[in-house]
Amino acid sequence: MGNGIKFSEILVTGDPLILASQIAILLTSIAIVAGLTYFNKWSWLWREWLTTVDHKKIGIMYIIAGVVMFFRGGMDGLMMRAQTSQPGLEILSSQHYNEVFTAHGVIMILFMAMPLLIGLMNVIIPLQIGARDVAFPQLNALSFWLFFSGAMLFNIAFVIGGAPDAGWTSYFPLAGKEFTPNVGNNYYAISLQIAGIGTLMSGINFIVTILKMRTKGMTLMRMPMFTWTSFIASIIIVAAFPIFTVALGYMALDRIFGTHIFTISGGGEPMHWANLFWLWGHPEVYIVALPAFGIFSEIIATHSRKNLYGYSSMVISIVGIAILSMLVWVHHFYTMGSGPVVNSVFSITTMLIAVPTGMKIFNWLFTMRKGRIQMTNAMLWSLAFIPTFTIGGVTGVMLAMAAADYQYHNTMFLVAHFHYVLIPGVVFAVFAALYYWWPKMFGFTLNEKIGRWHFWLFNIGFNMTFMPMFFLGLKGMSRRMFTYQEGLGWEPLLLVSFAGSLILAAGFAAFCYNIYWSFRYASRDVSNDPWDGRTLEWATASPVQHYNFAKLPEVTGIDAYWKMKKEGTTGLIKEEIEPVHMPSNSGIPFFMGVVFTIVGLFLVFEWLIPALIASFLIFVGLIMRSFDYDDGYYVGVDEVTKTEQSWRGDL
Amino acid sequence: MKKYFLPLFLLSLVMFLTGCEMVVFQPEGPQARSILELINFSIVMMLFVIVVVFALFIYIVWKYRETAKNKDYEPEEEKGSIALEITWTVIPLLIVIALTIPTVLVTFAVEDVPKGYEDKEPITIHVTAADWKWIFSYPEEDIQTVNYVNIPIETPILFKLTSASTMQSFWVPQLGGQKYAMANMENELYLLAERPGTFMGRNTNFNGQGYAYMDFDVVAKTEADYEKWVQDVKQTAPTLTEEKYMHILYPGVVGRMTFNETHLQWVNHADHDAQIFLHQETYRNYYHTKGEGYEREYNTIEPRSSEEGGHNHGKRD
Repeated sequence: MGNGIKFSEILVTGDPLILASQIAILLTSIAIVAGLTYFNKWSWLWREWLTTVDHKKIGIMYIIAGVVMFFRGGMDGLMMRAQTSQPGLEILSSQHYNEVFTAHGVIMILFMAMPLLIGLMNVIIPLQIGARDVAFPQLNALSFWLFFSGAMLFNIAFVIGGAPDAGWTSYFPLAGKEFTPNVGNNYYAISLQIAGIGTLMSGINFIVTILKMRTKGMTLMRMPMFTWTSFIASIIIVAAFPIFTVALGYMALDRIFGTHIFTISGGGEPMHWANLFWLWGHPEVYIVALPAFGIFSEIIATHSRKNLYGYSSMVISIVGIAILSMLVWVHHFYTMGSGPVVNSVFSITTMLIAVPTGMKIFNWLFTMRKGRIQMTNAMLWSLAFIPTFTIGGVTGVMLAMAAADYQYHNTMFLVAHFHYVLIPGVVFAVFAALYYWWPKMFGFTLNEKIGRWHFWLFNIGFNMTFMPMFFLGLKGMSRRMFTYQEGLGWEPLLLVSFAGSLILAAGFAAFCYNIYWSFRYASRDVSNDPWDGRTLEWATASPVQHYNFAKLPEVTGIDAYWKMKKEGTTGLIKEEIEPVHMPSNSGIPFFMGVVFTIVGLFLVFEWLIPALIASFLIFVGLIMRSFDYDDGYYVGVDEVTKTEQSWRGDL
Repeated sequence: MKKYFLPLFLLSLVMFLTGCEMVVFQPEGPQARSILELINFSIVMMLFVIVVVFALFIYIVWKYRETAKNKDYEPEEEKGSIALEITWTVIPLLIVIALTIPTVLVTFAVEDVPKGYEDKEPITIHVTAADWKWIFSYPEEDIQTVNYVNIPIETPILFKLTSASTMQSFWVPQLGGQKYAMANMENELYLLAERPGTFMGRNTNFNGQGYAYMDFDVVAKTEADYEKWVQDVKQTAPTLTEEKYMHILYPGVVGRMTFNETHLQWVNHADHDAQIFLHQETYRNYYHTKGEGYEREYNTIEPRSSEEGGHNHGKRD
């Protein structure tokens, strides 16, 4: 076993909170296995989900994983707010608190925001461009299973071996073996690497899909805005994620193989990590924010019953944001002492991002102007986004000013800022998108009334939780403090923040209840186009049949489906139906996910020989794929005709 | 001051409501004050942006919301307007330029000796951050303190920042902005206090279990009081030994201490090849006490009011 972890140290013992989690995990696992066996659902699970290559099902799995991770990350957030609600509380020890905020950050960015957005991209993009699947369906499944493998590895850390505890940024030297010798941060290096490979492949897949799979007439400048933003986000993924891959690789070498790339004792360069991390980390913010901007563009246009104002300037601004996103990473460590010249340059590039972003805000406002704004839940989330994101944006500009940042850096002011950017910019977008596209995915709409509870509780809770943090920062409270002394004037603000987080959690609970209620009771009689939409995903059934389009639509302009409705060309002529070619399911991606998890666990525990042996299974998977000659199958004309008739009526 | 009225009014309202002051808005030295002026200017600009966006937003959403009356109204398609789009590109650009100029000026200014005090000979103080305490060395006076630093007022202090272990960030919000303290290298930071007082200092860069306790006091004294303190220390404080210094570096939380002589005679952690003080086993074992009750975990950190070996200047609370 070498110098790795001892068997006796595998299970984290002693902490009552963790013991309760371990029991809960065990009971849940038993319940799932027993349930699947009792209802005889194993083969259904295997056939319909684990081996699927259908972009919609993969998207739904991403979304389910994202919502579950949202729950986990949210619980972490609640624990943090509870612990700091009063000075000197002992709900969590400092070590436990450090693990909790590390998990909160990593999970919310990489295992909540990313899968929710990639899930939506999976479901919607092929539909919006009039395609039957993504360019590489099996690769898409592999992306999902690698993401899932990474997420599971990261999540079991706190019960098996110990959780990462160096913050989601995992700055060296702290994250090195010198200062955190236990396996916790190995989990960070390995699980994010595995999930990151999946994300990188998703990025490539979407670029190829959008470039090569667009239906006839769908030129680039006719693409829906969500497709545009996802396209640019995918390009940023391909540009930025390899940097993270390298950084995590170095980290794994340092921690597991004893090299000295980032250490201080062996002459490494800790700031090198900070540079690489933020060279990925800052673009990462835009990877999650850009698709969200696309979602708002779609929803605002549809629910104002108007086309998007300034389409081309919207496209230009996304590209501008993407380019600038790669040029600002140093603003995360102005205080490193790189001198006023460097800091000034990066102040300017950072502030410049406000220009294209402001452009978008005004374009959204002018889309609504002279429209007829329908207050559905999807639209409410999009509306709430504008003022809250503006607060996040202007405080971002304040942080961008190097000298001023010397007073905000690493304080609660910063924490407030990025929550004011990421929650409206990602979470609001995801909620809006789920209300908007839910019928497309599941064939029923979410309840609007429960949705109102969800909306108001979440918004009130969000502002109550994070607004006080701006002032806490200005009062000198730094981030990540597990406790503090009395008499600094922080107590009332932190108490308000804690109360707010409870309301926020109630909002999330209302959302979960809404899913449950709608799943049980909502009417299944939902048309293919419940919102009077403008883009191609509304041209086909709700829920979408597995082949998406009986006949690939032809596009003649922006807002293709709106145009088709105006021209009365949405129908389908029976004689034009042809057999549809579809990819076959495959078990290889799931197998690879399992193998990567096993290899990952061995690496985390530094059991190198077993890791080496297990990694041969990766090659087994690759070889199996090379000899896989399955070219897919055809859906017959009869079946297509029958399916189409079931929702269109007679053809 | 007139143009700052609105933001200052709003801020004072918040201060009133929360019943306490904000350190960033209470500068006690020229560095912090010039940063505050920059912050105030940015707040004015940003409030302008917020007012414009919020007003437009409320107006548009209210006016064009769907009501029973306009149910049949079918909005026209709109292409966009080059003139408008140029407007809302140029105005933010102008705001950015307006913010850039003072930003660059202040960013350069705070790197230098505070304005108006160029003639005064600066005092150099070496700051060594360790897990989880701040060590201050006065090479000229040959004094070393832990977790507090006394400075004379109206004298530029050149803090030379380094670290004996992890990375920390040195921040005294009432005197100026922060800067990182990193092992095997040195950052320089000029601060100056204009009047006597005790100002909170803090590490803002997370560095492990004792991070929340990593604060210190900057005590600004009149020149006479400062001289008197130096003489006091010379006569009463114990001499720092290498053994004692290693004990201080040991990971943990300690109280205030004062010594004659500094550790710079043995090691300057800013040197590129200075040895790193490592205690892997401590971090590892420390970790595994987790879950065996909070009591035991804290026991591995020395109580912060520890007087052991050091010359104690009042208990910390």
